[in-house]
Amino acid sequence: MTDIKAEIDVLPGLDSSARLLDVENLHVEFRTQAGVARAINGVDIHLDPGETLAILGESGCGKSVTAQAIMGILDSPPGFVTKGAIRYRGVDLLKLPEEQRRKVRANHIAMIFQDALSALNPVFSIGFQLGELFRVHRGTSRQDARRRSIELLDLVKIPAARQRINDYPHQFSGGMRQRVMIAMALALDPKVLIADEPTTALDVTVQAQIMNLLAELRRERNMGLILITHDMGVVADVADRISVMYAGKVVEEAPVLDIYARPAHPYTKALLESIPRLDMKGQQLNVIKGLPPNLLRIPAGCPFHPRCAYARDVCRADPPPQQYDVAPARTARCHFWTEVVGDEPAGS
Amino acid sequence: MSQPVAKDVVLETSNLVKHFPITRGIVLQTQVGAVRAVDGVDLKLRRGETLGVVGESGCGKSTLAKLLVGLEKPTSGSIDVRGQDMTRLRGAELRRARRNIQMVLQDPYTSLNPRMTVGDIIGEPFDIHTEVVPRGERKQRVRELLDLVGLNPEHINRYPHQFSGGQRQRIGIARALALKPEIIVCDEPVSALDVSIQAQVINLLERLQDELGLSYIFIAHDLSVVRHIADRVAVMYLGKIVEIGVEDEIYERPTHPYTQALLSAVPVPDPTLRGQRDQIVLEGDVPSPANPPSGCRFRTRCWKAQDICAEQEPALTEREQSAHPSACHFAEERNVVHAVE
Ligand SMILES: Nc1ncnc2c1ncn2[C@@H]1O[C@H](COP(=O)(O)OP(=O)(O)OP(=O)(O)O)[C@@H](O)[C@H]1O
Ligand SMILES: Nc1ncnc2c1ncn2[C@@H]1O[C@H](COP(=O)(O)OP(=O)(O)OP(=O)(O)O)[C@@H](O)[C@H]1O
Ligand code: SF4
Ligand code: SF4
Ligand SMILES: [Mg+2]
Ligand SMILES: [Mg+2]
Repeated sequence: MTDIKAEIDVLPGLDSSARLLDVENLHVEFRTQAGVARAINGVDIHLDPGETLAILGESGCGKSVTAQAIMGILDSPPGFVTKGAIRYRGVDLLKLPEEQRRKVRANHIAMIFQDALSALNPVFSIGFQLGELFRVHRGTSRQDARRRSIELLDLVKIPAARQRINDYPHQFSGGMRQRVMIAMALALDPKVLIADEPTTALDVTVQAQIMNLLAELRRERNMGLILITHDMGVVADVADRISVMYAGKVVEEAPVLDIYARPAHPYTKALLESIPRLDMKGQQLNVIKGLPPNLLRIPAGCPFHPRCAYARDVCRADPPPQQYDVAPARTARCHFWTEVVGDEPAGS
Repeated sequence: MSQPVAKDVVLETSNLVKHFPITRGIVLQTQVGAVRAVDGVDLKLRRGETLGVVGESGCGKSTLAKLLVGLEKPTSGSIDVRGQDMTRLRGAELRRARRNIQMVLQDPYTSLNPRMTVGDIIGEPFDIHTEVVPRGERKQRVRELLDLVGLNPEHINRYPHQFSGGQRQRIGIARALALKPEIIVCDEPVSALDVSIQAQVINLLERLQDELGLSYIFIAHDLSVVRHIADRVAVMYLGKIVEIGVEDEIYERPTHPYTQALLSAVPVPDPTLRGQRDQIVLEGDVPSPANPPSGCRFRTRCWKAQDICAEQEPALTEREQSAHPSACHFAEERNVVHAVE
């Protein structure tokens, strides 16, 4: 297989025994006219092959910026990575020249976006856009590229792929466009797929189709999948592990069963108690007071303290110094995590 | 459950239809078809009640909302508010009747005029309905409204961009309440909000309903939110209601295949239920409302479809296997919300 050789040529130092993806102490800031927005303040996440990691959090907490930093597509300026490492199989991507990062992006780590229509080029046919990937990155002949494009559209279950290959993006429904995006992301057989809110704009019935498709492809290809979402239902359905973000930090990380049964961070707990459930009636909704912080002025101490039901004086003065180990493979960034994890979940 | 008496009904539509013409040509326009956005909707709303309306994108929910508040003119059918047919009223009578039914929109970012102060936005309905509040008392009334929805009355001179999404939605609600309506049509009022803010707005709507005796039409695509807030629920597909009932009937005992598919696709935030629930995966997309299938409109995606489904349109009515109205020839209960053994 020439593809594999191409990979090794691209990435000197690639160590197949090192972790698939390891993000360590990542910091990103946006230098804007209004000031410096500290969007990411020390994020640690990691990913293994075949695994689904969900990054969960509310609008503005830094989910997409984390993904953009991993992909190397940060809007820069104003965005800058100021600290940290992003290691793919041992290679720190932040140290690579742009030329090589572009190749990593195509061949190793791929991403699908929330808004498929704006990510696809409206003036080229679906077939051309898919085929271009093979021609540019693999030097495939026109005819072969076309054949492989049809195979990909089949793979993502576009009906009558052979007929539809010459259609343009606007001729596809929202769900079908998202499938085309998935096809493009998978074209060069990446080992890591980042899906940033892939179904947020879609109906639930279509969401179910797309999530099933992603799970199937992840399994077949033993890919690592990072799913970015704010939907705690979707996470419960598909994730192996969860990282909950707040104000640019991971505040809790845990296997999916543990976090829903016994959250260890007050923010996670409050989120779980604030969503209505399809299978419950007459439920009392807990309200999280206040708003997420303005990133230009993140509160001193623990950034969650103005909204936290557990907050005490120490929280206003000192941020939790570390992610505390709650259990093996479980951490929480809270002074009082023992108390939180010991509390009965409200409303059950 | 006691049988509601007729005077309890504050809103009733009968065979409500909205077709948008599809035209061809620029100078000489000829109609070549119609988008049947709302295609014969009958519903009743009672005093103090919340009727949820759910369905996939494009099924006609927003068009229905606009018809109810008079932002679109119906192609045919009637809308009775307190026994007066709004579609027949004109002039001052129509204006007065419209006061009674107001709307809250989805997008708190674009539905407020950025160049108007919050006070002007909330007080704007008083310009149109000058008889409601004397000019000199307007400011006071606006402050009361701000207070009512949990905003600081001191912020009356601020602009929308100085508020967060959840606060902007409160401004929209205050504006809808200005004319003291009995009915509020909420079109996706919390869809654009973060979960932690969503609960604040839902609780506010519930509190206002209790305090003011409001009736809500609550449109949303999030079936979990609708279950939480609604007393009764109508499920729409391609311009028609396919199933309607009290919250328990729709969620615990759905009988229409479309409702069942929709509910089964909603993920539940509980990983112990993974793979434990009945999963119905619908194939294909919603057909075009310009050219809906004959007979039952759901038949192109329905796993239960028979020949009769293409020939005869199923009426929305109670059936042998469905104690509440369901528009399916083969309506029967199926548990899709909870784990199946
Ligand atoms: N190009 C940019 N210029 C300035 N600030 C930015 C830029 N991109 C992102 N930010 C800021 O970084 C923060 C994190 O944004 P990010 O897009 O990662 O949020 P998110 O968690 O993905 O939210 P959402 O759920 O809304 O997508 C935000 O406060 C945002 O304002
Ligand atoms: N002014 C209009 N002219 C022509 N067609 C329209 C118009 N407004 C709506 N439609 C069409 O009517 C149908 C119903 O649209 P509507 O906005 O009511 O759906 P909806 O259920 O609110 O969807 P969503 O969940 O996406 O908001 C759609 O096919 C839409 O394209
Ligand atoms: S450290 Fe304090 S303020 Fe922060 S989450 Fe824990 S209890 Fe709340
Ligand atoms: S009437 Fe027929 S096609 Fe329509 S929902 Fe019932 S079984 Fe399906
Ligand atoms: Mg984002
Ligand atoms: Mg709508």
